[in-house]
Amino acid sequence: MKVKLKVWRQMSANSAGGFKEYETPDLNSNMSFLEMLDVVNDELTIKGEEPIAFDHDCREGICGTCSLVINGKPHGPHRGVATCQTYMRNFSDGDVITVEPFRARSFPVIKDLIVDRSAFDRIMQVGGFISVRTGSACDANAVPVPKEAADLAMDAAACIGCGACVAACKNGSAMLFVSAKVSQFGLLPQGQPERDQRVLAMVKQMDAEGFGNCTNYYECSAVCPKLISHEFIARMNRDFLKATLRSAFTQAPTGASAAG
Amino acid sequence: MAKLESKIPSGPLAQKWTKHKAEIKLVNPANKRKYEVIVVGAGLAGASAAASLAELGYGVKCFVFHDSPRRAHSIAAQGGINAAKNYQNDGDSVYRLFYDTIKGGDFRAREANVHRLAEVSVNIIDQCVAQGVPFAREYGGLLANRSFGGAQVSRTFYARGQTGQQLLLGAYSALSRMIGLGAVQMFTHSEMLDLVVVGGHAKGIIVRDLVTGEISRHAADAVVLATGGYGNVFNLSTYARNSNATAIWRAYKRGACFANPCFTQIHPTCIPVTGDYQSKLTLMSESLRNDGRIWVPKKPEDSKKNPSDIAEGDRDYYLERMYPAFGNLAPRDISSRAAKKVCDEGRGVGASGLGVYLDFSDAIKRLTEAGVRERYGNLFDIYHEITDENAYQVPMRIFPAVHYTMGGLWVDYNLMSNVPGLFVLGEANFSDHGANRLGASALMQGLADGYFVLPYTIADYLVGQKPAARPKTAAAEFQQAEDNVRGITARLLAVPGKEPISHFHKRLGKILWNGCGMARNATNLKKALQEIPALRAEFWQNVNVPGEDAALNQSLERAGRVADFLELAELLCVDALDRDESCGCHFREEHVDPEGECLRNDDQYAYAAAWEYQGEGQAPLLNKEPLVYETVHMAKRNYK
Repeated sequence: MKVKLKVWRQMSANSAGGFKEYETPDLNSNMSFLEMLDVVNDELTIKGEEPIAFDHDCREGICGTCSLVINGKPHGPHRGVATCQTYMRNFSDGDVITVEPFRARSFPVIKDLIVDRSAFDRIMQVGGFISVRTGSACDANAVPVPKEAADLAMDAAACIGCGACVAACKNGSAMLFVSAKVSQFGLLPQGQPERDQRVLAMVKQMDAEGFGNCTNYYECSAVCPKLISHEFIARMNRDFLKATLRSAFTQAPTGASAAG
Repeated sequence: MAKLESKIPSGPLAQKWTKHKAEIKLVNPANKRKYEVIVVGAGLAGASAAASLAELGYGVKCFVFHDSPRRAHSIAAQGGINAAKNYQNDGDSVYRLFYDTIKGGDFRAREANVHRLAEVSVNIIDQCVAQGVPFAREYGGLLANRSFGGAQVSRTFYARGQTGQQLLLGAYSALSRMIGLGAVQMFTHSEMLDLVVVGGHAKGIIVRDLVTGEISRHAADAVVLATGGYGNVFNLSTYARNSNATAIWRAYKRGACFANPCFTQIHPTCIPVTGDYQSKLTLMSESLRNDGRIWVPKKPEDSKKNPSDIAEGDRDYYLERMYPAFGNLAPRDISSRAAKKVCDEGRGVGASGLGVYLDFSDAIKRLTEAGVRERYGNLFDIYHEITDENAYQVPMRIFPAVHYTMGGLWVDYNLMSNVPGLFVLGEANFSDHGANRLGASALMQGLADGYFVLPYTIADYLVGQKPAARPKTAAAEFQQAEDNVRGITARLLAVPGKEPISHFHKRLGKILWNGCGMARNATNLKKALQEIPALRAEFWQNVNVPGEDAALNQSLERAGRVADFLELAELLCVDALDRDESCGCHFREEHVDPEGECLRNDDQYAYAAAWEYQGEGQAPLLNKEPLVYETVHMAKRNYK
């Protein structure tokens, strides 16, 4: 099979970008989408043109590095898989495939199809953790965790931090990403002491990074390669409301009295 | 000749680590903040080390080539992490985990290190649970376990098929917290391209910013490399595409010894290769072998038949037949070789004939399809995406693939290399897995090194260094290292070649797979040792590296890494040729016992081979660290 690509090319963050068309050589339908781009890039190299820059690493759907909007959909046509697990057998001979970067105000383009998702790291740095110094933990079975809570926490924790939720959202909202982390910790007994500060801090940083708000279209969970449920957003909203109310009626927490 | 002092503490095996911790020097809290430590890599070992050192009060700078410290390939580990908790009451103990690990490594690991690993394994689980890692649980709310290869107890903790992800995100959250507090300075998109050695001590690194191309110098009181393994030297592997050996290789060229480079793990259960375009191989977790049964047809003429048309009596469940005590849970090296053997006999399945069945039909009868889905659903989904086959209905086809490297930079008991001040953690070092790593042990080692070993042992070095006395980056050694990095980049961009980088990487992979793969012999190794330098010369004449230095340039990144692989591959074969015995993954066809198993030669080869760089074009120098077993008797591995 052969396909025609319309690929977004942009030299750097500050330069103007545009689509360029490429005809692929003959492809094997068992190729992954990224292997198809590898083949195209090798051809470009041989022809003396600059290869297409795109993010990728593990190529097994878990590291969250790969991105791409393929024919208008973050991570391509298949539900519940990342771009790196998308295979050419999902396309037909002669198809025209449009390939764009994740687009969002908070994800500036670095080059071609690569965007800067460091805003996610900064949100994590203000509260995406349970404060536990190495060596200070009690025995792992000292605190039983109901299986249902552990399973639901795992559903949320499966997030790979790729940013497709933001790219799919008309508001450029990061609420699926943030709510997954807030919910994972909020569901576990270990996450309770910092529960209020965590959600308040992470939402504040999310807003500061310029991510929009959720208006309940659920495009995020539809494109999520790990099928993280938008119900976590509702859970975060409840946590945020409770934490806001509590923080309005209590003094700013300090030291050991910080437990919510 | 390098000085290899293993610094193994004296005294009984089970007390060595306790004794060492009690005797090790401490840095007082006021002085800790005067020391700066560079950590390269933020996988399990790097992130846990960076976070823990920062918690102690050291100044930490952490560097990753990824866009975020959450991306390292530890994240892809599927099955689980071992710990001697004995929560199952099935007879596990620290000693048993220690013994299984050292036996699994075919008695080529350092006894004291492995015992320490087993000791701290229990602390790791405590730490991770406290961080909010959602391990699998039983209905009573307590932690669940499963079995893994090479063990007869259930000691593996897991989070569905995403254990590595959850542990890495736990370490990343600890690291994020310390970044947020300003205690760790994080550098993303930053690739270490050289080690700076001042007065014989590791005191800094040279880094390229992968977005701007800018080269920068960073000085520190100690340098920690946690940069993972070098399996991508084979091109096709289960590694992430960008995993590379550049950091450890360039440290090797600055004097750090490279130990046991030929100890490379070929994992038995991966999705078979389908074509030349392929960029990576995908692992199917070893945990599948808990419930899946591996077989091939008894008769070669059946190998192209539909598996459902092959009667039960015509199937050869060869692992169960050959290793009845461990069955489908035989260690990885043994299972891989068995798969190769049946395929060599013409009984392999699939279009290429390089595949065996991993069949869940019995498990589905026993557990129902929903039960199998609950345990392995995500793995079946991955398999379906890649092969377009439904493994609930037809057996999976699997074949061995390069997965892990037990070799790495030589380190002493403190995890310090022979270059003082240079520490090496996780897969990047050589110390704990010997000639074969058991499943669910890599996560254990990465986190043990980062959370519970280095934070103690680094002090032993730092107390000997005057606080705040690290060299300035204006020093001549930094200039020289920066010139070296700029020189490599300039040479790569200047080659007026035609072929893309992948052309050379693929050819290198084939040479190594054929010459130094699952079965090795002197003839093929010597042939590979002819072919590799020739390919390297061709690379430097005919590689085509497009683009420029002062910008994001993925071709340039890859070219540098492949250039290093082209050198490392030679050392791998030199080591494999030198080790004229079979042990673990290193199967020399000249040394086989009557049953076709590895024939070790403990009299001559019970040592770690620590290779020392002697300059370009010079043969590396072999230093030997004898493996002295004080407690364990080096026995023949028996899984029958």
